[in-house]
Amino acid sequence: MKKTKQLLGALGLGIVGEAHADYALNMTQGVTQLSRDIYDLHMYIMWVCVAIGIGVYGLIVYSIMHHRKSKGAIPAHFHENTKLEMVWTIIPFLILLAMAVPATKVMIEAYDTSASDMTIKVTGYQWKWRYTYLDEGIDFFSSLDAKSNEARQLGSKLSPESVDHYLLNVDNPLVVPVNKKIRFVFTGADVIHSWWVPALGWKKDTIPGFVTDAWAKIEKPGVYRGQCAELCGRDHGFMPIVVEAKSEQDYKAWVVARKAASESKAQAADAEATKTFTMDELMAKGQEVYNTNCAACHQANGEGIPGNFPAIRGSAVATGPIDAHLNLVLQGKGSMMSGFAGSLSKAEVAAVVTYQRNGFGNSKGDLLQPSQVP
Amino acid sequence: MSAVTHEDVHAHHGHGPAEGLLRWVFTTNHKDIGTLYLTIALVMFFVGGAMSLVIRAELFEPGLQFVDPAFFNQMTTLHALIMVFGAVMPAFAGLANWMIPMMIGAPDMALPRLNNWSFWILPFAFTLLASTLFMEGGAPAAGWTLYPPLVLQGGNHLPFAIFSIHLLGLSSIMAAINIIVTIFNMRAPGMTMMKLPMFVWTWLITAFLLILVMPVFAGAVTMLLTDKFFGTSFFNAAGGGDPVLYQHLFWFFGHPEVYILILPSFGVISTIIPTFARKPLFGYSSMVYATASIGFLSFIVWAHHQFTVGMPIAGELYFTYATMLIAVPTGVKVFNWVATMWKGAMTFETPMLFAIAFVVLFTFGGFTGLMMSISPADLQYHDTYFIVAHFHYVLVPGAVFALMAGTYYWLPKWTGHMYDEKLAKLHFWLTAISVNVLFFPQHFSGLAGMPRRIPDYALQFAEFNAMSSIGAFIFGFSQLIFAYVIIKAVRGGEKATDEVWEGAKEHGLEWTLPSPPPYHTWEIAPEIK
Repeated sequence: MKKTKQLLGALGLGIVGEAHADYALNMTQGVTQLSRDIYDLHMYIMWVCVAIGIGVYGLIVYSIMHHRKSKGAIPAHFHENTKLEMVWTIIPFLILLAMAVPATKVMIEAYDTSASDMTIKVTGYQWKWRYTYLDEGIDFFSSLDAKSNEARQLGSKLSPESVDHYLLNVDNPLVVPVNKKIRFVFTGADVIHSWWVPALGWKKDTIPGFVTDAWAKIEKPGVYRGQCAELCGRDHGFMPIVVEAKSEQDYKAWVVARKAASESKAQAADAEATKTFTMDELMAKGQEVYNTNCAACHQANGEGIPGNFPAIRGSAVATGPIDAHLNLVLQGKGSMMSGFAGSLSKAEVAAVVTYQRNGFGNSKGDLLQPSQVP
Repeated sequence: MSAVTHEDVHAHHGHGPAEGLLRWVFTTNHKDIGTLYLTIALVMFFVGGAMSLVIRAELFEPGLQFVDPAFFNQMTTLHALIMVFGAVMPAFAGLANWMIPMMIGAPDMALPRLNNWSFWILPFAFTLLASTLFMEGGAPAAGWTLYPPLVLQGGNHLPFAIFSIHLLGLSSIMAAINIIVTIFNMRAPGMTMMKLPMFVWTWLITAFLLILVMPVFAGAVTMLLTDKFFGTSFFNAAGGGDPVLYQHLFWFFGHPEVYILILPSFGVISTIIPTFARKPLFGYSSMVYATASIGFLSFIVWAHHQFTVGMPIAGELYFTYATMLIAVPTGVKVFNWVATMWKGAMTFETPMLFAIAFVVLFTFGGFTGLMMSISPADLQYHDTYFIVAHFHYVLVPGAVFALMAGTYYWLPKWTGHMYDEKLAKLHFWLTAISVNVLFFPQHFSGLAGMPRRIPDYALQFAEFNAMSSIGAFIFGFSQLIFAYVIIKAVRGGEKATDEVWEGAKEHGLEWTLPSPPPYHTWEIAPEIK
């Protein structure tokens, strides 16, 4: 049934379009002044192209219909006409000028990140986003939601159709206020990604070691979805972006709640940092941390992907000296792996190191306590 | 080949091809080498095509059904590298080898041994590239652009892929030198530069582009190699480098490269349309100048592939304006083709059908290209299926259609047999329709927000992707007809006349030679009036 519907949809080009409600043919107008300007520019150029196309294709079709040998056409012998050739060199040039002027205006608008009301730093990781609210001190990761993640596995029993916003949903959306000029600054932790929410009108690459910026002033509360647009490895297709734009009031309430939540999380982390855990506790916690942070590359079974991502099972690091192991988790490995010093608590680091040394058939028997994590 | 003419019997003995398979290994004959190039191109066209069918099968419906995302990325990367370096470039080199000497009245290419070498590098380069598929970690998976840092994360494939690129570059540079030397030095008396057939002109300019950009690409990938294995930091910010530097180097090669793929296509189309319109090419000299302008502009527009990396505004605007300018000479070419058809007496044999489809669909790809030159709009288009649709329109119904047009046009000359016109027309219609079913919907999915290079997608893109996949399979299997028609014509068929196409003698020296031409032609240069 699903397949038939899809085939019908495919063949009917949208006649059976209700198969998926949010089906679209054209660029979105978006929810900012800038995105509308970009949309208008897009439509303007498209119509200019359509007009030129009608002219050129019209001549070709006319010629094919009338200037054919089977209709007894006798070939003419002209093969140049300087005046005509000048005309069709100069007129396109003038049309281009008429395009360049509005394009320049919009590009200058897109680049004006001055006088912003707030700044959010976006960091691209393989394969999740990190959002840091520079003014509020809020900082969190945002990755593909669990249900999409389950449905997208090769041979998954869960069908994509049964998942709300399949591949376009995250665990922690980026929450922003409407009618504030938000300056986004971008950087990459490992490789280049690109942050793209079509409703905002643009995308920007996140480049490791460099900072780029862009801005948006969202006019309408709502949920706006996007995806990573720059090939960034195996799970490039699975790091969506969700922006939740709230009214000023709702946004403030969210900030308070978010801060309270992170405060209590920090307190819990502090408490844990001095606690002594048992092996079982560390293993249970470690597995949880591993699955959210490590499994995308090293795989849930610790086997890695040969040639691309090293295995944890039986690896020299996970079965070698514990200091070197800890150090690798904290510092990362250049552009191959980003470090977790800033994103995991001491207890989480201790747990995941312990889990890696004693899970997947590794049996070092040693464990790490949070107090041993620098 | 049974090419023994009277001239051969009288003048020389034993100047035919050597016997057996070794003929193809040791040959320095431009026609043999042309055949070798065309054969390898056709084989690689099917290899690269098979990879694209893996991609389209996976994208037929949402969810992952067949391949791991890592393997999907290897397929997109290899599909592009093989189609660009394995199919289109060698195919044009094959046409150049066969046709340039015959068109300018030269007995062979100027540097025949170099010619042999530049071909025989290719099979080894492709073997090296294909071998990465069987390595731990698989083939390169960072896209054909091989952007760092991503490309440096891969397994053992990197040095193999890079050496393969070095070899391909070496081969291209040697072929380009050979073509330039041949055109400059071996023209028949009276064949002045402004009398050169358009195909020869477009290849001359292409050859200069090749010589200028292949070393840049070779340098850039060598820097990847030293970054990975010898501790340099050209593209690593932590060591003072810049990942975006690679993108500038790559596209300084990459943009001229896409014109390397399309300029000879312009030449083929400018050759075919006059023959079947029974009229001389309109605006020959403006065609030459337009081709040269496009060649020049190709060097100063590269960063329009990087509008989203955060260049300074001055850079964004400069590359916007420069890119828009390309529309002017390209427009001149299209208008000239239309004016050539105008008031002609057209017939519609398969080469002409492909040529007309080229003009229509390449122009369409040109329109989307013009849209993308508008940098603010490109902030939306960039890295979406809109881009995928654009460059496939200019490369498939663009470059590939020109190659098919050229193949049908010259096949009777090469083999001495007419091809099966009925089957060829069937091939044309299946190809021309399915190519649009395949690529047209991608404009919509791109505008609606689907990024490129993803193995799975959100549900609202399902219809367009299913349509695209159906088109891809029809397109792919239709090409078997193409291969069959070629093989059939090689093996026999109705004898072709020397002129092959009515009135073709007025459109090129090659049509004054017998079909098939003797193994050595123009040993005595023709006199061009």
